[in-house]
Amino acid sequence: MSSTTAETSAPVSEQRSRTPRVRRRGENTLAGSLASHGVLIVASVIALFPIAWLVYLSLGPDTDDYLHPGGIWDKMTFDNYTFVLQHTQFFDWLKSSLVVTLGTTAIGVLIAATTGYAVSRMRFPGYKKFMWVLLVTQMFPVAVLMVPMYQILSDLQLIDNYFGLILVYCTTVIPYSAWLLKGYFDTIPFEIDEAGRVDGLTPFGTFFRLILPLAKPGLAVAAFYNFLTAFSEVAFASTFMLSDDKYTLAVGLQSFVSEHDAQRNLMAATAVLIAIPAAVFFYLVQKNLVTGLTAGGTKG
Amino acid sequence: MTVAIDRATGKRRGDREPKPGPAGRLRRGYQKHWYAYAMIAPVAVVLGVLVLYPLVYGLYLTLTDANSLNTARTIGVNHIDATYKFIGLDNYADILWGPTAYDRFWSHFIWTIVWTAACVALHYGIGLGLALLLNQKLRGRTLYRLILVLPWAVPTFVTVFGWRFMLADGGIINSALDALHLPSPLWLEDTFWQRFAAIMVNTWCGVPFMMISLLGGLQAIDASLYEAAEMDGASAWQRFRYVTLPGLRSVSSTVVLLGIIWTFNQFAVIFLLFGNTAPDAQILVTWAYYLGFGQQPRDFAQSAAYGILLLAILIVFTSFYRRWLNRNEQQLAI
Repeated sequence: MSSTTAETSAPVSEQRSRTPRVRRRGENTLAGSLASHGVLIVASVIALFPIAWLVYLSLGPDTDDYLHPGGIWDKMTFDNYTFVLQHTQFFDWLKSSLVVTLGTTAIGVLIAATTGYAVSRMRFPGYKKFMWVLLVTQMFPVAVLMVPMYQILSDLQLIDNYFGLILVYCTTVIPYSAWLLKGYFDTIPFEIDEAGRVDGLTPFGTFFRLILPLAKPGLAVAAFYNFLTAFSEVAFASTFMLSDDKYTLAVGLQSFVSEHDAQRNLMAATAVLIAIPAAVFFYLVQKNLVTGLTAGGTKG
Repeated sequence: MTVAIDRATGKRRGDREPKPGPAGRLRRGYQKHWYAYAMIAPVAVVLGVLVLYPLVYGLYLTLTDANSLNTARTIGVNHIDATYKFIGLDNYADILWGPTAYDRFWSHFIWTIVWTAACVALHYGIGLGLALLLNQKLRGRTLYRLILVLPWAVPTFVTVFGWRFMLADGGIINSALDALHLPSPLWLEDTFWQRFAAIMVNTWCGVPFMMISLLGGLQAIDASLYEAAEMDGASAWQRFRYVTLPGLRSVSSTVVLLGIIWTFNQFAVIFLLFGNTAPDAQILVTWAYYLGFGQQPRDFAQSAAYGILLLAILIVFTSFYRRWLNRNEQQLAI
């Protein structure tokens, strides 16, 4: 092993001494940056294309336009959108989706933040077990929980109720959010906590007045994760929401699709309409994504 | 012995104090840690009620022959009591060794393993590659980052609808393949291509999370390490191998574990892509859902038994993974 590294290091130094131009660290050669741009452009196209294609298809007025995409260009129209908005309970579904999703986001982030703070700053008996529980909870398959959860919720009269669904979503989003936020809190120096304590704040006061404002990027990522998970969940929502004016968008789309099985143009338009709230939320938090996850991943 | 300092209170934990009796210890523990417990109490309560209890109940269901015909239910005004009975471990025996166990369990099991391994490898590989590219000084990298995260921001069922249009017979992908005179497979009908399509779609959905997490990890590596490596004449590959990879170790081991858990339980992609049309492309989770909710009569007991088996597989795997990490002197970030 050591001999190979010795051999390779020799030509490297030779090569360096031969290059006339001094290249700063972190700068790329022209070929290197061209290649990087090339790969990134290809990846961006792959990432964008399915979404762009869906938007494009949603503008075609006829059912089988997706088979002749070339023809759509000449007869683009928003008819599909107006049809969906007028003939479905889109706004009911949007309302219940927003209630459930924003509820999950708010409650989930708040509870996950207190939990994350507790496990980040305090070493209480049962700490290890609690972290293990947070991990194991993420492994729970939908199938085991569905039937018993249904029974509990119906005992609590929470079937077909927004709050019931919010609670169910909280169980799926909180473990990861708490873990993520723990990572972020770990990067905030605990001298800040000490300063707060010296100035006479209780642990709760320190948390709410000092730590939370500093943890905004982490909170944004957790909110993003909670929002998306709750917004795109189908299995629980379709089982626990019974009346069709309380469907979330995901379930509503499913039911609409089964009614209008052949009308792909309408399906495409519905799908695009549903993606819009998620896109808006994404745009609001995207600046914080990398900073928030940076801390979450690296610190133990 | 290391002295741990409780960071919120600044008290040393290592200090020896006279040992109080058990009741005293309980009271002192409560006084010392009550705010910690108060802070985790909401989670503990919610998880306890909505996860732990259902789990125990689900475990009990697996020991019975409950299905939608013999559980308690209300039809109109008539209430029918549950008539299912305790049958011990028969469900598990039937799933694992019963007649046609291969078709019902083992074939799905093998496919689930293949699916998880392929998806996580692709997520990680592509995610790391893109993260490395985005970590350079590059014109327009903020825009690239924004576009590349986009698949994560689109709800899964919207994504899957988009892909179904593209993969449909006569859709854009097959048209393109035709134009290039390549064979155009039946993505949504043929078993092999169904599996291929499922992995492809899930890769598209899952790469952004890996990419962003690893990008975060890359940015946290101390730049002076690269400087030192370059001073010592390390080539680009050596810098990657001996600085970048070790620096990413803790974030990698965590995201890989999370990736494995999430992919193993990935319900939405396969369920929405094929519905009930692809019995051979179902992974264990979607298969369990099909048994419990997608067929008549609904077989709650078997479905729950599959769920418990899934959970058991993941717990065993995670314990081994942890032990393996500990042997390599790494700590999991969780």
